[in-house]
Amino acid sequence: MTEPLLRVEGLRVEFNLARGVLRAVDGASFEVQPGEALGIVGESGSGKTMALRALVGLLPPAASVTAGTVEIDGVDVTVASEVRRRELRGRTVSMIFQEPMTALNPVMRVGRQIAEMPLVRLGLSRREARDRALELMRLVGIPDPKRRSLAYPHELSGGMRQRVMIAIALSADPKLILCDEPTTALDVTIQDQILKLLGTLQRDLGVSLVFVSHDLAVIAQTCTRVAVMYAGQVVETGTVDAVFREPRHPYTLGLLRSVPDFDSVRGRLSSIPGSPPDLALPPAGCRFHPRCPFVQDDCVGAPIPLIELAGERATRCLYHERCAEDARREPVVARG
Amino acid sequence: MAETLLEAAGLHVHYELRGGFARRARGRAPEVLRAVDGVDLAIAQGETLGLVGESGCGKSTLGRTIVGIERPVAGALRYRGEPLDVGRDRAQRRRIQMVFQDPYSSLNPRMTVRQTLSELLRAHRLLPKNAIDARCRELVDLVGLGPRALAAHPRQFYGGQRQRVAIARALALEPELLVADEPVSALDVSVQATVLNLLDELRAKLGLTVLLIAHNMAVVRHVSDRVAVMYLGRIVETAPTDELFTNPRHPYTRGLLTAVPRLVPGRVSESAAVAGDPPSPVSPPSGCRFHPRCPIAQEPLCSTEDPALAGPGHHVAACHFAWRDPPPAHTPEVLQEAT
Repeated sequence: MTEPLLRVEGLRVEFNLARGVLRAVDGASFEVQPGEALGIVGESGSGKTMALRALVGLLPPAASVTAGTVEIDGVDVTVASEVRRRELRGRTVSMIFQEPMTALNPVMRVGRQIAEMPLVRLGLSRREARDRALELMRLVGIPDPKRRSLAYPHELSGGMRQRVMIAIALSADPKLILCDEPTTALDVTIQDQILKLLGTLQRDLGVSLVFVSHDLAVIAQTCTRVAVMYAGQVVETGTVDAVFREPRHPYTLGLLRSVPDFDSVRGRLSSIPGSPPDLALPPAGCRFHPRCPFVQDDCVGAPIPLIELAGERATRCLYHERCAEDARREPVVARG
Repeated sequence: MAETLLEAAGLHVHYELRGGFARRARGRAPEVLRAVDGVDLAIAQGETLGLVGESGCGKSTLGRTIVGIERPVAGALRYRGEPLDVGRDRAQRRRIQMVFQDPYSSLNPRMTVRQTLSELLRAHRLLPKNAIDARCRELVDLVGLGPRALAAHPRQFYGGQRQRVAIARALALEPELLVADEPVSALDVSVQATVLNLLDELRAKLGLTVLLIAHNMAVVRHVSDRVAVMYLGRIVETAPTDELFTNPRHPYTRGLLTAVPRLVPGRVSESAAVAGDPPSPVSPPSGCRFHPRCPIAQEPLCSTEDPALAGPGHHVAACHFAWRDPPPAHTPEVLQEAT
């Protein structure tokens, strides 16, 4: 096995609030191999976005990384100097945000925004950088790049703006692109275009993706491996195929069962009872136990570790076998 | 088929854009955004009609016009055969109620649930004063909240519970038609299901008719009896739900269905289901409005002639090739089957 491009070990992100410390991410661990796409899925407040932002030091001011290591391309980001980190952010890792309108500079023509990185980081001349920008715009499927490069972000459609952001993310030839809900703000036909574009780029350029989304179907279409987060913890990891067909954590199972599946016919949808816990006061033991249908006495006491399973899977559930049985009895996704 | 509850005929809702005054002063007509541009639609008593389309297609404007928030510039709405005029009386307003997408902004944050509900009941003089409190309790119970909810403010609820409060408010006036505009799209996946199930239960229990406006095709498939697809201010296809999902006749509907990401792992196809961006509703394309993005468009027919919404029985589509047999040839890489 090759060295992973990204290795996150026991990552902890805490917010200092007036009412105490809120642990948004609590001991998250995951890896991304070169050329691989990892999905991080969870609902709002699960810590998925904070985990992603912590990787590149883009946490809000009240939050900080208080434990764990993040290795990108062999460099431990948590102890590296600010200069080294900035270099990594420019060259090795880049990021695509959910809302391109707020992530792009509103008063700068998009062509110049795309050319900025090649100009500053790669040391290209102005002319070379401009040509590189046009080439990138063509690569991400922006028609008539010469004319569009002179546009300001507000003059473009949502889909075009997201393509501009992808072009910027690609502009310094990164090895890893972090995507934070990149299609959530887009319409379904435009989402489809952007997801296909990301898939093609990943395959053709061999770039790795970390894809944060609340949408299980988007993860199913774009990623090979998945980490499911709940209340700040990674509760299950494995290949998308294995995890979606036979989930081994009751939260994953509940989530999959509550998505209205396009391929199955009308019927009553199942749901997860209750609400996610307050992260300042998480439940003792398994954090999912108050909402879990399989809960036993020993789920409530000590914290549940991530248990390694066969087939490079892991779960934070003591009774994962019951969960798998349930999924075998009544399949969660229509057979493809 | 059941009795038609609400009917829209040739409905147009236009917005004058900013700068209209300046343009007019220079003797030019103001720019007009045609949000709803000639919609014919009937909703039958007791059914759930799903209205789908992408942002900017006019689906929310259509919903708001039916409720009476927006005024049509042309066309008519009829309710049980009676014309629904712009100035609706209290009884007419009561019959059609709305649930909005965002329960955070559609509820008054300074009012408790009891205040919100009882204000409505008092204003419409539906009940004697001493019966109002009992009715409030009944309403929160109906949407699955405990009586303690009555004393709470909207901020004290989670998203899903807050949407239940919004539904209780819509139901307070015993409407016959409920227009639900993206009622679950602001909610987390695991609570979406509970709200959708609730809507379905209420429909059965109270004999409601529901117009469900949504962009999520899977949501629509799960709760609708019939589906109408909207594109750029027009209805382009209407059919019973299963029929629409298994035998779509309009190329836009087919693209929309193909574009939905599936839960079955693995990539569906390399190329996008529908190319390009939707055109601006300020200057819609000539002829068929979908022709610039259509994989089966034929010149000069599609760019000059506007296809009518037509078809056999309950399934209608606005495409020149919708009912051609064999079905129109399409570019194979554009529309590949999911499985």
